[in-house]
Amino acid sequence: MNYYYTIWIVLIPFIVFLLTGLFGNRFKPIVSGIIGTAGLFTSFILSIYTAWKYFFVPGGETGSFDTLIAFKTTWLQVSDKLIIDLGVLLDPISVMMLVVITTVSFMVHFYSLGYMKGERGFARFFAFLSLFTFSMLGLVVATNIFQMYIFWELVGVSSYLLIGFYYERPSAVAASKKAFIVTRFADLGFLIGILLLSYYTGSFNFSDITNPQSPVFTSISSVSFMGMSAITWSMLLIFMGGAGKSAMFPLHIWLPDAMEGPTPVSALIHAATMVVAGVYLVARMFPVYAFHAPEALTIIAWIGGITSLFAAVIACTQYDIKRVLAYSTLSQIGYMMLALGVSGYGGEEGLGYMASMFHLFTHAMFKALLFLGAGSVIHAVHSNYMYEMGGLRKYLPITHFTFLIACLAIAGIPPFAGFFSKDEILVAAWYHNRLLFSLEYLVAGITAFYMFRLYFGIFWNKERHYHHTPHESPLTMTIPLILLAAGSAFTGFIPFGSFVTSDRVPFEPEMHLSIAIPSVIIALAGILLAYVLYRKESMVSKKVSASLGSMYSLVYNKFYIDEVYLFVTKRILFNLVSRPVAWFDRHVVDETMNRIAWVISVTSNKIKGLQSGQLQHYAMVFVSGTVILVLIILYNLTLS
Amino acid sequence: MLTITHFLIVSTLMFFIGIYGFLTRRNLITLLMSIELIINSVNINFVVFNRYLYPGQLQGQFFAMFIIAIAAAEASVAIALIINIYRRFTSIEVDDVDEMKY
Repeated sequence: MNYYYTIWIVLIPFIVFLLTGLFGNRFKPIVSGIIGTAGLFTSFILSIYTAWKYFFVPGGETGSFDTLIAFKTTWLQVSDKLIIDLGVLLDPISVMMLVVITTVSFMVHFYSLGYMKGERGFARFFAFLSLFTFSMLGLVVATNIFQMYIFWELVGVSSYLLIGFYYERPSAVAASKKAFIVTRFADLGFLIGILLLSYYTGSFNFSDITNPQSPVFTSISSVSFMGMSAITWSMLLIFMGGAGKSAMFPLHIWLPDAMEGPTPVSALIHAATMVVAGVYLVARMFPVYAFHAPEALTIIAWIGGITSLFAAVIACTQYDIKRVLAYSTLSQIGYMMLALGVSGYGGEEGLGYMASMFHLFTHAMFKALLFLGAGSVIHAVHSNYMYEMGGLRKYLPITHFTFLIACLAIAGIPPFAGFFSKDEILVAAWYHNRLLFSLEYLVAGITAFYMFRLYFGIFWNKERHYHHTPHESPLTMTIPLILLAAGSAFTGFIPFGSFVTSDRVPFEPEMHLSIAIPSVIIALAGILLAYVLYRKESMVSKKVSASLGSMYSLVYNKFYIDEVYLFVTKRILFNLVSRPVAWFDRHVVDETMNRIAWVISVTSNKIKGLQSGQLQHYAMVFVSGTVILVLIILYNLTLS
Repeated sequence: MLTITHFLIVSTLMFFIGIYGFLTRRNLITLLMSIELIINSVNINFVVFNRYLYPGQLQGQFFAMFIIAIAAAEASVAIALIINIYRRFTSIEVDDVDEMKY
């Protein structure tokens, strides 16, 4: 089948970026918005068409989904062996990601037409959004790990640009720098990992590295280093890159601050697409993890588990609604990582893999919805803080309703999407590690609690004094909300096991009522607790937090992780490393160079008189030189 | 009977007179004349070598023609330059034209 056109899914956003970026200020702002939205709509339709063709039109006779290289071109040929391609690779996860990204991105574009209306830099905003979409699409369809790395960095740049969109605001600038530096630091690990891996496999291509049947894959062997094989090290380093982008503990610090960006950006980048790039990376490299680096998988599972608990606890204490959502994103991505970590390869064993991708898919829907809903609320009351909101259900009926659906979905109440995917993750964890499993039960309860704390705090509770009566957002904003709400409500029924599995052979995951029922009960308990505490204005929650005392402030201050980082960088790194290095640079390196320059300047001062400007002096020198040369030659001739 | 040596003596004399003039004269016009002397001494060499050593060929003669043409062009450019120098410095003494020193 011909999938050559899929390159346009990636290229259209890029063309839109060039158009709006270069000529944006020649049009009326709204024109840029419409171009961006129309371009994304085209990509969206193409992706849906591709997914339909890939999954539903039978092509392979093996009953599994093939990996297709739809488009390939040599980008850089360093030597005969080292060739770097750019291309489009289609397999179940990349097709799924194409759908997720274009769907959410299209919704966000559409929503931004209303949300960003009248903002300065409207055209710039749409240009950056398109750039981001282009890079993210390029990342998921990468045919080799090097292409992935290129787009990985591009995604980082566009995230940086969008977080710092309000560049007049110092906090936004600081947040964008923080995000960039932290992810860049993680990407250093990623790069080293890539180099190590390609050194041992001799290939960049995913079709070699991640195909368990390929000769390259089976012949992977490496030396041992500090108790683990070099492949394990390289996979851990690659995971470090993924952990940076996916904001896993302890590299999570940039994500909450990234909420300084406009809300649609948070929905697109910092909830639905970019932050799951790390999960996608691990899923992409999954066969290597499963066969050659199982220790790394265990570490991934634990990091995922710890992050999910840790972020869920912090989310209970925050007041900035976007920050609550940011921590909830961290927690949900922790779930996905954990699911990958507990997964095995092939068939029922690969349940965790499938569950992770399923959760990625449903999470993209409801988390984008939550963020867009939060944007709609912020749009109405001009504040980010929960204590300046309350009783909004009367004023924002559509937002209220869709937000409720999203909260139910993320809390894991059937029949909403989150229930199904979370259940699969719990089952996978149950078979692998009971400790992690019980941890996730706990997190499921906390998730339900903080989401409904948010929900009751915004839409019920006591009505606050508003400067002007809050009003429902315009249609451009509510339509995406409704569409995403439909997604959050119904995507759970997709039989994901038939499409996305670790070995691409479909299987039918079972429902485990013995696991599902307790998890729903726990979630309901969390909701009930939130109902009691936040349904009406009450002092109980304040009393509870006061009685927890220092525990509460520890959590409220996010376990002081940021302070620890500051301490490590400012006190330890700056004093012990940077200052000596700076001294060395100033006094040794610079001084050497200065001395050399000084010698040259003194010498040239002494001899500059030779340059007299007198034509005849020069001619004299020239003639005498010639005469001397002639004499030498004559002398040599007579000798020989 | 004139031999090749006679011609070469003349051209060598011209050449060194030209060099001497170029190094000692102060007037730019005189310098130009010295250069012409040098060029023409070379011209004589070309023609003479052609005539005496390879009488069947014409390259040397043609070369001389080219050099005459180019010398004419060069002289016109040089005189244009000298005129401009005179306007700028109100002098055509080579000592006065030393703006390009350090």
